[in-house]
Amino acid sequence: MTKNDQTQSSGGDVRLTGISKTYGSFTAVHPLDLTVPAGSFFALLGASGCGKTTTLRMIAGLEDPTTGTVELSGQDVTALPPYKRQVNTVFQNYALFPHLDIYENVAFGLRRRGIKSVKKQVEEMLDLVQLGPMARRKPQQLSGGQQQRVAVARALINHPQVLLLDEPLGALDLKLRRQMQLELKRIQTEVGITFVHVTHDQEEAMTMADTVAVMNGGRVEQLGAPADLYENPATTFVANFLGTSNLIEAEVVEAAGEELLLRAADTKLRLPAARCSATAGSGDKVLAGIRPEKMALAHTDDTGSLPDGHNQLPGRIKDASFIGVSTQYVIEAPGLGEISVYEQNIARDGRLVPGAEVVVHWNPAHTFGLDAAQDIAAGADLDEEAA
Amino acid sequence: MAATDTTTAATAPRTGGNPLRWLRRNIVTLAGLATLGYLILPNVVVMVFSFNKPNGRFNYQWQHFSTDAWADPCGVADLCGSLGLSLQIALWATLGATVLGTMISFALARYRFRARAGVNTLIFLPMAMPEVVMAASLATLFLNMGIEFGFWTILIAHIMFCLSFVVTAVKARVMSMDPRLEQAAQDLYASPLQTFLRVTLPIAAPGIASGALLSFALSFDDFIITNFNAGSTVTFPMFVWGSAQRGTPVQINVIGTAMFLVAVLCVLVGQVAGNRRKRSNP
Repeated sequence: MTKNDQTQSSGGDVRLTGISKTYGSFTAVHPLDLTVPAGSFFALLGASGCGKTTTLRMIAGLEDPTTGTVELSGQDVTALPPYKRQVNTVFQNYALFPHLDIYENVAFGLRRRGIKSVKKQVEEMLDLVQLGPMARRKPQQLSGGQQQRVAVARALINHPQVLLLDEPLGALDLKLRRQMQLELKRIQTEVGITFVHVTHDQEEAMTMADTVAVMNGGRVEQLGAPADLYENPATTFVANFLGTSNLIEAEVVEAAGEELLLRAADTKLRLPAARCSATAGSGDKVLAGIRPEKMALAHTDDTGSLPDGHNQLPGRIKDASFIGVSTQYVIEAPGLGEISVYEQNIARDGRLVPGAEVVVHWNPAHTFGLDAAQDIAAGADLDEEAA
Repeated sequence: MAATDTTTAATAPRTGGNPLRWLRRNIVTLAGLATLGYLILPNVVVMVFSFNKPNGRFNYQWQHFSTDAWADPCGVADLCGSLGLSLQIALWATLGATVLGTMISFALARYRFRARAGVNTLIFLPMAMPEVVMAASLATLFLNMGIEFGFWTILIAHIMFCLSFVVTAVKARVMSMDPRLEQAAQDLYASPLQTFLRVTLPIAAPGIASGALLSFALSFDDFIITNFNAGSTVTFPMFVWGSAQRGTPVQINVIGTAMFLVAVLCVLVGQVAGNRRKRSNP
């Protein structure tokens, strides 16, 4: 139970069982089961107010769960106060002690556990985050990026079983944030401690984490590896919040064999049955989803030369914006609304300008199917806010 | 000094703009110097007259230079006794008011309780009420309770009026403190007591120190409330007042000058230390 018998640098796993948090009549976190494997980089992703920070604070012990238990490395710590848990937090805005210099900030945890000779460890840790020469400065004399690294050093020096990061890069500018993402990932690989990272930035979560849990309204919508979440979103929220998705309302015409045949407006589409998460019998409504970068554009005159078996949708270019690596098109498809298509700038067709009649086509294998009984726009606006 | 300024301003347009420009450029400095003079002049008078050798019992007219009073500051009966008493009361009042005031500040800043709004208002009453009214009511209270006037009644009265100043200073500091700092301390293995001693208290310290300094100054030279509640006990301000009826010994100026110099010295030391700290970590 004492924190002094620390195990060197090996992460522990976190197991949340039926954990929930209510404030009066407001439920911040619905009963939740979550297991974070030892040594992994785990991200809790969601918009503000989705319960991700509350979940993190319950692991840290800064918030008491209304129901459920928190286990660290197999030990139930639900009733332990924060200072008795072998867990450390990197706070949003860092919460560095303003009255102590960098050296003493980093040494704080060691000193509280009664360790006398901290010099060697503190210096090593400051070197790891490349702040050795800054040891005697006060936090307010450092830049945002440097403060962030102090906060990480102050937590890591204690060799916690789990490191909790609460939006640690939120206050940094874009370029520095990218740099720190790689830096944090490097440190995590080096020390092997379990990281639980809370963020609203889907790119950040996907770049850094091995496993991402997407949270919405106090619940985990979906959990998995970043690529898996991106390719196979289970809900419209995940489809819209992680990147952009075209969601097309369609009706199942034929449900036999490995492929479903759908009708959207007057067009036939094909969808692999294995990639449809909704029950799809003949006559059922589903949402067919395709990522914009998986679609291609062809001018109507070239319809004949499209690859065999591709899904095709006719439409007209409404808008085209050149953004360097790609051109983003908005296509008006009759009866289906707007569809976005990202074309790589390899061989640009001069006829693809706003107003042109085109065909959007894609390999049916890239289509995923979702239950139509949910809000088609869920998570879409949130993503824009976060970006 | 002010007279010179007006003449310059008045003659400036006639002499062709230059003096006017000079005045415009230096007006802030001049105003500053004038204000400084206004503040310092009374102290200078006290200081100068501490070297006087008056003919009669009243130290109001300059006669000739002498260091007699400095050589024998306690030469007047009861002066040093009253000074010692005042310092003692000021120290205890500061201690009492600072401890109580700090606790009240934390309670008001951190917790929501039923009488919070009421306490918040009541705590400022001693600052708002005319001192003489408060002095009289306190005296009535002590009399009715049958408490004998003296050291303890003075101390109780001083702690009471110092409290509101401490609360004002400390509460502002505690309110502006980021609650995450304490959470961070707990997260870094500090028990609640360690968190308070290592994080909360050091961060609140400047507010507590300014509250304590204010208390000391207010208690040391309080006359009105003390005079109503002292009985036969005589503090330094009461001694000065009493002796002013019969004659003013030069030693009063000596004590006044010494207090002034000690205060200036404290400020200087504080500033030098602050500058050195700033220079050592640029």
